[in-house]
Amino acid sequence: MNRFAALIDRLGYEPRRNAKLRLMTDYFRDTPDPERGWALAALTGALSFRHAKPALIKGLIQERTDPVLFALSYDYVGDLAETVALMWPARGGANEIPHLSDIVAGLHETTKADLPRRLASWLDALDETGRWALLKLITGAMRIGASARLAKTAVARLGTLTPDEIELVWHGLAPPYLDLFAWAEGTGPKPDTVNPAPFHPPMLSHPLEDVGSWRETLNAADFSAEWKWDGIRVQAVGGIDGQGRRVARLYSRTGEDISAAFPDVVDAIQFEGAIDGELLILRDGRVQSFNVLQQRLNRKAITPKLLTEFPAHIRAYDLMVDYGEDIRALTFIERRARLEALVAKLDHARIDLSPIVRFADWNELAAARAMPASAGAGEDADAIEGIMLKRRDSTYVPGRPKGPWFKWKRDAYTVDAVMMYAQRGHGKRSSFYSDYTFGLWRLGDDGADELVPVGKAYSGITDDELAALDRFVRKNTTNRFGPVREVTHTPDAGVVLEIAFEGLNRSTRHRSGVAMRFPRIHRIRWDKPAREADRLEHLEALLASR
Amino acid sequence: MRPEDLICPTPQGLYCPPADVYIDPMRPVARALVTHGHSDHARAGHGAVMATEETLGIMAERYGEDFTGSRQPVAFGEVVSINGVEVSFHPAGHVLGSAQIRLVWQGFRAVISGDYKRLPDRTAGTFEPIACDLFVSEATFGLPVFRHPPTEHEVAKLLESVELFPERAHLVGAYPLGKSQRLMALVRDAGYDKPIYIHGAIARLTAFYQSRGIDLGDIRPVVLDERKNLGGAIIICPPSAIQEAWSRKFPDPVTAFASGWMRVRARAKQKGVELPLVVSDHADWDDLGRTIRETGAEEVWVTHGAEEALVHWCETQGIRARPLRLIGYGDEEGEAA
Repeated sequence: MNRFAALIDRLGYEPRRNAKLRLMTDYFRDTPDPERGWALAALTGALSFRHAKPALIKGLIQERTDPVLFALSYDYVGDLAETVALMWPARGGANEIPHLSDIVAGLHETTKADLPRRLASWLDALDETGRWALLKLITGAMRIGASARLAKTAVARLGTLTPDEIELVWHGLAPPYLDLFAWAEGTGPKPDTVNPAPFHPPMLSHPLEDVGSWRETLNAADFSAEWKWDGIRVQAVGGIDGQGRRVARLYSRTGEDISAAFPDVVDAIQFEGAIDGELLILRDGRVQSFNVLQQRLNRKAITPKLLTEFPAHIRAYDLMVDYGEDIRALTFIERRARLEALVAKLDHARIDLSPIVRFADWNELAAARAMPASAGAGEDADAIEGIMLKRRDSTYVPGRPKGPWFKWKRDAYTVDAVMMYAQRGHGKRSSFYSDYTFGLWRLGDDGADELVPVGKAYSGITDDELAALDRFVRKNTTNRFGPVREVTHTPDAGVVLEIAFEGLNRSTRHRSGVAMRFPRIHRIRWDKPAREADRLEHLEALLASR
Repeated sequence: MRPEDLICPTPQGLYCPPADVYIDPMRPVARALVTHGHSDHARAGHGAVMATEETLGIMAERYGEDFTGSRQPVAFGEVVSINGVEVSFHPAGHVLGSAQIRLVWQGFRAVISGDYKRLPDRTAGTFEPIACDLFVSEATFGLPVFRHPPTEHEVAKLLESVELFPERAHLVGAYPLGKSQRLMALVRDAGYDKPIYIHGAIARLTAFYQSRGIDLGDIRPVVLDERKNLGGAIIICPPSAIQEAWSRKFPDPVTAFASGWMRVRARAKQKGVELPLVVSDHADWDDLGRTIRETGAEEVWVTHGAEEALVHWCETQGIRARPLRLIGYGDEEGEAA
């Protein structure tokens, strides 16, 4: 366990892709089976432990430490696993340090009732890094910046395989992957489990605005345009396995197999090929907002009721494999024709085409972007984030090549709001006051203006701006409610934040009656007096205008 | 008598009315007692400064010879009487010359610890617990998540990385006074005998340490034109230098940072640190508690840091405690503590 802990500890700090690969490949080379196989399973997200919930971990630490000290520490560190790992009272020499394989086996055979005792005995035996790694492992929240794909690439580098070759056999393999390691190191045959429906790394785009004077440098006639849908990017792959059975899989953009969560869409994958598209919720043919999609994504249990209330759908925009033929080297226009033919032949209500947005010049496209409803999107306009531009002659290149594809997002709405409360952040911004509740003015019951909270934002600013806001919060705290600090917010004193957001919905959960979609801090308006921030009526007018 | 009759917090810093002296004042005063040379404790412009000879020397290095009207050096354990208050300085183990200050008046004993640590450090001397009624403590690492690992373990991490990446320069951010020289000593004591390179901002204080008989081995300044040839070398620099253009000429640098804050992952990542080294000049959580108990104090005042948690802990131990919320302490070292 110590070696695995050291690996993920180091990976977490290492920003360079190549250095990450080197660290992982070294680990796989120097670690014996089956330990390295379980590590690979952990790195690729192939392990899950049903009973290990954060509440269980909180329970263990609360039995062992002062609750006030735990609360202060958790507030400071901002990460449960790390707080517990650091605070856990050390009992040197208590137990033999467990291997990763012992832990995996132990977690699988332990009953729910016995798990706390078992987990505690491992935590007693491990050091701080080991405890952290164990807690991250069992809660499935490693976040060490190493994707499943990168881990497979590291395995490939044990010998002369390519990551794609591993991808092809991956789905037939199971931890601890003895056959895979043998194959990669040239001491065993290729595993006899070719994946008939493998994942293909997607092609990504750059923001159009990153291209200097793009209206002049890019030629409109070279590009095809589509709507940029506000759903999640998926890959629907169908194939035939060795026994002639149909295999259908749905992958996220990072290659995670999400088939189990979307049986309704997987049923529609009755083709041999790989479609690149957007997962959306459609009701009566109308695309629902991301809010609605999120309600389905958040659900763990897939019930018939969920499937009826949140019918999932794929809006297809590219084709990578067409009846067994890899067509990624064809141009976009050629692939589009193949995609249209495949979707027409499939003729399934759950899969349709993302329409092409016709335009003669950039001005016409800019108009479509500004008003998708009148440029063909009709009632689906609310689910459109902007425009995707793809060079007509672009081949399908995995990764984010510069030049062939661009995204051109709709302008966000903005509003000037006043910071009212602040809380410490989690993850990489822990210890800083980085989560802000902000409000707008309205006429209060007593006839005086009052601020009403309208949202919370915790992104959009640079580290320097974050440090400045953190200082402001610390110096202008007027009250504390547990971890939340109330910050000065009177007409004459307070900090104005320009908030950008993507959309607005009515909400019964918020006192203001509105809820913003993806609010983030656009600018800090140190120059603007709090009294000049916007009023709630401004948002209400926006809602009414839609 | 009340403790406040002997020592009380004021906007200038801690003040002792019967002796009419301030301890580590943040603004210029007529008479100051200074615990150690970090700039949040030792400021220039006082009328008179009493401190250890090393601390006075450090202040002169940093602020110039005229940093104060008059200097009064005092040896560890020597008792000086000021208006009937017995004043003495005792080792704090924080940096070279660092002291705790004990005040005894009408049978009441107060110890102002300044910053202190309990881990061994041959460049800073060894902390001595001093029995007292009132102990004024720092709480820089006053949360139970801060338990400093054995320092040798952290230095071994650095040396292993140097071995693993012999083509890359290892830039170690470390506070110029105390932490830098301690690191040099630790690296030497781990058996590393190649030259250690230092940033110009560290040179004077390092020379001062060496002039006090502290052996740091072969220390060389970084020659700007030769940065590209320093693959595999250990280079110690102020934390801020890592973000500056100065650091870019080194071959594919590994950025390390020696600080107690490195215990918390997010803090290391926020600074873009690839090799966090948990090396601190302050007492960790366990040592804060141990020290308070060893002084036998009935009352504890907490100057700066995570005072809320330490005050809570004292109360659970039946020790009266209060936070002083002194503004300004902890500023100089900040993230480098």
